[in-house]
Amino acid sequence: MSWETVGELGARLRSGETTPAQLADHARSAIESLASLHPVLRYTGALTEHQAGRAARMLAESPEQAGPLCGIPFAYKDVLCVEGVETSAGSKILEGFIPPYTGTALQRLLDAGAVPVAVTNCDEFAMGSSNENSAFGPVGNPWDPSRVPGGSSGGSAAVVAAGAVPFSLGTDTGGSIRQPASFCGVAGFKPTYGRVSRYGLIAFASSLDQIGPFARSVEDAAHVFTAMAGHDPRDSTISPLPVEPVATQLARGVAGMRLGVPREYMAEGLEPGVRAAVEAALAQLEKLGATLVEVSLPSTEAALSTYYIIAPAECSANLARMDGVRFGLHVDRQSLTDTYLETRGQGFGPEVKRRIMLGTYALSSGYYDAYYRQAQKVRTLIAEEFDRAFETVDALVCPTSPIVAFPKGDKSDPLSMYLCDVLTLPVNLAGLPGISIPCGLSEGLPVGLQVIGPRLGDAQVLRVARAYEAATAWHTQQPPPLPAASEAFA
Amino acid sequence: MTLARDQVTHVAMLARLGLSDEEVERYRQQLDAILSHVDRLQQVDTSQVGETAQVGGLVNAWREDVRGECLPAEKALANAPKRRGDHFEVGAIQE
Amino acid sequence: MTATSAVSTLDQVMERWEPVIGLEVHGQLLTQSKMFCGCSADYIGSPPNSNTCPVCLGLPGVLPVMNRVAVEYTVRSALALNCEIPERSKFDRKNYFYPDLPKGYQISQWDMPLSLNGHLTFTVDGAEVRCGITRVHLEEDTGTLQHAGDILQQARSSVVDLNRAGVPLMEIVGEPDLRTPAQAREYLVRLRQILVYIGVNDGNLEQGSFRCDANISLRKHGETGLGVKVEVKNMNSFRAVHRALEYEIVRQGRLLDQGQTIAQETRGWVEAKGATISQRSKEYAHDYRYFPEPDLPPLHLNAEFVDRVRAALPELPQQLAERLQRENGLSAYDAATVTAEREDARAFESLVAAGVPAKAAANWLMGEVARLARESRTPLPGSGLGLEGLASLIKLVEAGTINGSTAKELLEELYLAGGDPAAVVEERGLGQVSDQAELERLVDAVLAENPAAVADFQGGKEQALQRLVGGVMKATRGRADARVVTGLLRDRLAP
Repeated sequence: MSWETVGELGARLRSGETTPAQLADHARSAIESLASLHPVLRYTGALTEHQAGRAARMLAESPEQAGPLCGIPFAYKDVLCVEGVETSAGSKILEGFIPPYTGTALQRLLDAGAVPVAVTNCDEFAMGSSNENSAFGPVGNPWDPSRVPGGSSGGSAAVVAAGAVPFSLGTDTGGSIRQPASFCGVAGFKPTYGRVSRYGLIAFASSLDQIGPFARSVEDAAHVFTAMAGHDPRDSTISPLPVEPVATQLARGVAGMRLGVPREYMAEGLEPGVRAAVEAALAQLEKLGATLVEVSLPSTEAALSTYYIIAPAECSANLARMDGVRFGLHVDRQSLTDTYLETRGQGFGPEVKRRIMLGTYALSSGYYDAYYRQAQKVRTLIAEEFDRAFETVDALVCPTSPIVAFPKGDKSDPLSMYLCDVLTLPVNLAGLPGISIPCGLSEGLPVGLQVIGPRLGDAQVLRVARAYEAATAWHTQQPPPLPAASEAFA
Repeated sequence: MTLARDQVTHVAMLARLGLSDEEVERYRQQLDAILSHVDRLQQVDTSQVGETAQVGGLVNAWREDVRGECLPAEKALANAPKRRGDHFEVGAIQE
Repeated sequence: MTATSAVSTLDQVMERWEPVIGLEVHGQLLTQSKMFCGCSADYIGSPPNSNTCPVCLGLPGVLPVMNRVAVEYTVRSALALNCEIPERSKFDRKNYFYPDLPKGYQISQWDMPLSLNGHLTFTVDGAEVRCGITRVHLEEDTGTLQHAGDILQQARSSVVDLNRAGVPLMEIVGEPDLRTPAQAREYLVRLRQILVYIGVNDGNLEQGSFRCDANISLRKHGETGLGVKVEVKNMNSFRAVHRALEYEIVRQGRLLDQGQTIAQETRGWVEAKGATISQRSKEYAHDYRYFPEPDLPPLHLNAEFVDRVRAALPELPQQLAERLQRENGLSAYDAATVTAEREDARAFESLVAAGVPAKAAANWLMGEVARLARESRTPLPGSGLGLEGLASLIKLVEAGTINGSTAKELLEELYLAGGDPAAVVEERGLGQVSDQAELERLVDAVLAENPAAVADFQGGKEQALQRLVGGVMKATRGRADARVVTGLLRDRLAP
């Protein structure tokens, strides 16, 4: 395992102490040793070698131009398309699908010389909060393999938390980066909606999805964000505004900043250990010179319902293309209709089917106004409440999740699983940037502190997170070593 | 309001999801529970607000009418489960 | 005979029932690229699935990006049809499953289309008809399906070609203001003419770049409510539209006369049978579950944008025809003929600008030139003679330098090969013999050589004159003005 940051690895590469190929090899071995957690679905094969070679050339020929990610190994979630590499979205229906193109965010990382090593396990089509919905088996939490790593980007969180790679890519639609980051004790950043191109991201909910990094330091997350962010002519929802240079903001500290604490996020429902860790973190921020202000986001309670109308509605349409005609699973029947029914019936898992049906229902004739239209209106309320809060504060701080990582199988009731995301999904509904960073342990399991910023306030969010991180040591903790293979849970 | 069985089969058909009888009942119960929760939305007063379909605030995000690169047919068909020559093949449509 | 036992004709049905017809036209836009990606919009003739990319293939992870010119062309069309352009509009997803629809939804427009409330006015059988236009909106075309054995209902398999998927498609919905098949046909002719004129569509019904569906119901004369509506599809020519609507009127009329109800359904026109056949599907009815397209920000088209498009609108055929009547003294018929196709109108205006009299320009263009263009498959601008050459030729006739038949021969000869008519006339001495003295000499010669004809004519046989005229024409190798020759002969032969 390697617990070095991107910066530290970069220094070793430039000094000649190691090479991109060697780092990639170590990463692969490290991932192999994590097999009992099942965080990875496949290796990226020839692409790894190709990129390692490319990075080595970049470092040799123009080391000053080569950015911080050059030669750095990483893993990415199974919903990001890379030409020639199987991408299955954690689903049987896309098993064997080889995209003929590479998505923008990943292309930018490749152009920066980063070296992909593996494709991480995730909840099927990014739907879930525990990574138990993957068609290829659940992922274990490095802190306790019998527990979930969070979801849907559980695999990406686990490989970083376990020290196999310094960063990985996940996606966040309702909390799927931040919540696993919180469960696994790493930094997980969801950029402002429209900051990172979604071209190449297998869509779950088009108006909510964003790609973002997991890392063991805020600075590393910032490097990855900077490499990916910015205008892309292939994505119409991308902000045309130039990306703030995040690096310069990072070390500014929080002295003099006003940080809002949403009352509704500190209410009942928080596990005592979570509450304690977060309150300590808030106190720490005050010590660093920030002023804490209580704010109210009254529509928080309605956010869950709003999300579970809008996201399924959008996904019901986004997943309609999985029809067995041009790619993916095809269950052959005589009639076209039966082919559709069998292919999709067999190819999608239960959670995906539930959401497709929920979304179809919410959009269907007679229900559209009561469900979908109403949800879109409540969404306006939620966004406006955040806007109002940001008139008086610079950022919001609160817990990422009301609970810590729970045992696998604990939340078999769908609704109880949805409740895991109550503190993260409002942020997606409003399209705001948010990060989770480790702020303590509760009975040996990581607790996450969430920082939320105004739209396009990505630099601000990272700055607050970095200030807290610099004053504490939670981000340096490592999970206990994994049990030997024979003792590991499946 | 309770979700009826035929509502589930109707929605499943609209979404082309083949479900067994047992699945229909199981999903009916689960969706019913979720909808009961989600129905709380009805109580929120939204009379003063419009709908948010997009959070970005963007408008007129268009491109110029220029031709770009195409995929060669081989690549377009590379993932095709059923192929006839350079076409995708499907079963009897029978509309 | 009672009405129920007699087989009613169309006229009989229309005495009892008033048809209410609304037309829906889909027109592919003449953009370079597709609606949401950079693949070519000109897909005809491309090998199957060779004009596709991840976006129009609907692969996982792709996103649409709007074609600005497609928006402009749609606004241009809407303005030509007198529509309002709301400042705000958006795209929506129309969700259904079909193999030619790769994403499982079509990006279209639902409740906030690009334009609303227009109209198209035209004349049928001398009466003016004003047909309302409900809306003009923009969407993407689907791929194409070929069925094994060609008949969908019996095909055990089909194949999909996505070359056409994503081509920009404009939908024009007409109000049910049309009352006869003739009106419907004229509406389509006018609409197609306008779209071709303004350069947004190539008007090709056979290739499917201009498609039409009809909605038709019957009601008693004087009623204002609407009867049960039947949708009719698969009409691939204006004639098919006319025939299909006539068929439907009779079919529905007979049913109604028998006291039966009309089934609300979709019917397809089958040319070979001369009938519409029910396409009623056993499948579930479509619930399109429209919702706003989250991948595409909405459109805000301000007054400045609309004014700019309006200013660039070329003169419409109707306005042009009226202007030609006013300014060039053309008859309504000639004006209509000359403006039927934009290329002809352009040619006409160029000829007039070059000094050719309007009537002559119209006659030549729509007569001899049209025939030659058709036969040689070469339009005038692409011919060897060209507009300039034609202008020169017509002016030679108008000036009396050559006669009509010489001109026709020259046109035939030079159309493809090219050449300067004036020079050719000069070289070959094709100029009309118009010297009075010369003509009189020839007339006298012919009279002297044809005493029998002279006698016949003076004996009362008019036709004999033609033989004498023919003689003079032959002597001049066809280069005299026949009317002048006839006049001279009559003078000589007058008692």
